[in-house]
Amino acid sequence: MPAEIGTVLVTRRFGDEENKKITSYEAQGGYKVARAAMVKTREEIVDEVKASNLRGRGGAGFPTGLKWSFVPKDATDVHLVVNCDESEPGTCKDRELVYWDPHLLIEGMIIAAHALGAVHNYIYIRGEMMREYAVLVKAVEEAYARGYLGEKIMGSGKQACHITVHRGAGAYICGEETALLNSLEGLRGQPRLKPPFPAIKGLFGKPTVVNNVETIMNIPFIVEKGGQWFADLGVGRSGGTRTVCVSGHVEKPGVYELPMTITFRELINDICGGVWKGRKFKGLIPGGTSMPPLGESEIDVPVEFDALVTDERIKPVEVTEGVNFDMGGGRELRTMAGSGGIVVFDDQTDVVALTSRIMGFYHHESCGQCTPCREGTGWMDKICKRLANGEGKVGDVELLGNIANGIAGNTICALGEAAAWPMMGFLTKFRSEFLARETVGKADGNEGEAA
Amino acid sequence: MSLKFSDEATSKLEVLYERYPSKQPVILAALHLAQKEFGDLRDEVIDLVGETLDLSSAHVYGVATFYTMFRRKPGGKTSVRICTNVACMLRGGYDVLAAFEEKLGLKKGESNDEFSVIEEECLAACANAPAVVCGTKYFLDVTPDQVDEIVEFLKSNPHPESEVA
Ligand SMILES: Cc1cc2nc3c(=O)[nH]c(=O)nc-3n(C[C@H](O)[C@H](O)[C@H](O)COP(=O)(O)O)c2cc1C
Ligand code: SF4
Ligand code: FES
Repeated sequence: MPAEIGTVLVTRRFGDEENKKITSYEAQGGYKVARAAMVKTREEIVDEVKASNLRGRGGAGFPTGLKWSFVPKDATDVHLVVNCDESEPGTCKDRELVYWDPHLLIEGMIIAAHALGAVHNYIYIRGEMMREYAVLVKAVEEAYARGYLGEKIMGSGKQACHITVHRGAGAYICGEETALLNSLEGLRGQPRLKPPFPAIKGLFGKPTVVNNVETIMNIPFIVEKGGQWFADLGVGRSGGTRTVCVSGHVEKPGVYELPMTITFRELINDICGGVWKGRKFKGLIPGGTSMPPLGESEIDVPVEFDALVTDERIKPVEVTEGVNFDMGGGRELRTMAGSGGIVVFDDQTDVVALTSRIMGFYHHESCGQCTPCREGTGWMDKICKRLANGEGKVGDVELLGNIANGIAGNTICALGEAAAWPMMGFLTKFRSEFLARETVGKADGNEGEAA
Repeated sequence: MSLKFSDEATSKLEVLYERYPSKQPVILAALHLAQKEFGDLRDEVIDLVGETLDLSSAHVYGVATFYTMFRRKPGGKTSVRICTNVACMLRGGYDVLAAFEEKLGLKKGESNDEFSVIEEECLAACANAPAVVCGTKYFLDVTPDQVDEIVEFLKSNPHPESEVA
């Protein structure tokens, strides 16, 4: 049955401080699914996850079952690493998920680790999440004390499963999975070249699966109720529900778990109480700041992964007016569901200033390894700042599109795209507003101030 | 005089060594602990972490300077992290930052004994923007006129980040 509004899985225990205690989790049936899963084979679980159409909630929407199946069958020293680095601007679900329901994550990890043959597993949590770190450490201790984690878990007599909570120390780039692995290994958190992919050579050189917090929290439901049940909750190739974080200019911002089929317009009007202060909608960022924005005519599209990529109501992103950005092989870029961070902005918003803030962020967070990313984000930041400050030059808008186009596809990790896509996206959807800021060098303008 | 980790920190590190194939992955935890015990990561502290984990000081320095939460110079007891990224910006995050700067007489990036004022990137609290984080304490949906009250609260209830190291 397709999910309806009110069908909630991962957020069902939100709002009650008692729920994070293991006693309360057990009283509500917790850890029963993990116990039952211990007698299932690796293949059975992986097949169930494949059938569920669960897609990664960390940003790329990659099918989880498929990712798991890349781990070589005969591999021994496998690691499962949960990505709780959440720092993509606009995204605030993972922090809430681990705060309210840490044991659901641990149960999901136990099942996933069993399916992957992984013994030493890690939760990499962002350094600034100090309150949540304390919650996770406590929950892991409780799970050890009750025998869900340790050398011979759940009386199985053989299987070991360990979880270590590993704290970061402030670096957005450590959310990128290979940077995260380097950081976990005690190195500077810089991304690695792929291949080799983590499933073959990841943490400590061993096959590794990196999954997002929300992804793993869905696993107990899939294993309990079956992959088909989960697939049916969703639509097309996207199983389950979608947890979105709505922020910005709406009356009721929040973290909401919703059917995949809900449209952005319904989300804003029916769930979030509409645009705040009775103002009009101008645009939104659909999945964290790295995703190209949508304008008023594009929000009748559902929040589901594939819709955002293919729905023709969404205008493709352009490099310059009339020239579509080419993702490779002539593929157009509309946008993507990304991290689920939806940022709404009203008609009084200065989109040039907003874009400038976004470019400042990616410039600051570039790890500096690749020239196009390091230099390109710096230029975009600088040019956006001058446009925002009323010192934009004729040609700046064209230049921004070209710089962004030169970054995308030419870097080690996807931070390059994360900066280039919204740059081109904002230009595509709000070009006239950017052009209006090209004041310096205009024939009738303040030429004298240009120097 | 050379520095030493406390017994408590040493035993915490020993527990962590068991969780990894070598000591190197414990470096972030060791740096967090060192910052808690010595206040900042000056050269001597970097050397201590290196000696403790059998790593070169150059390696430790390289790691310590990569991450924004580590400081090489003394800072305030409570770090006030004020988000100005998009969700917070759209709901007045810059006004909140300005209110803290004015109330504390510190610019972003500056510290006195009690406080450090830090302009933060997204703190993953966007649905409650503007957000301010001090150690394990969150201040959500903050308005500039609440800043006096928050500062008074923190003066009597400091929230050092070392709480969780
Ligand atoms: C610059 C950058 C930052 C990222 N940050 C995060 C993050 O904070 N959390 C996350 O789960 N994934 C993040 N990702 C995606 C991860 O690389 C990875 O794809 C994801 O954790 C895989 O989990 P999933 O398959 O369950 O989605 C980031 C990717 C990039 C390129
Ligand atoms: S794309 Fe940017 S962040 Fe990613 S590896 Fe290259 S320089 Fe670093
Ligand atoms: S943008 Fe401020 S908490 Fe996310």
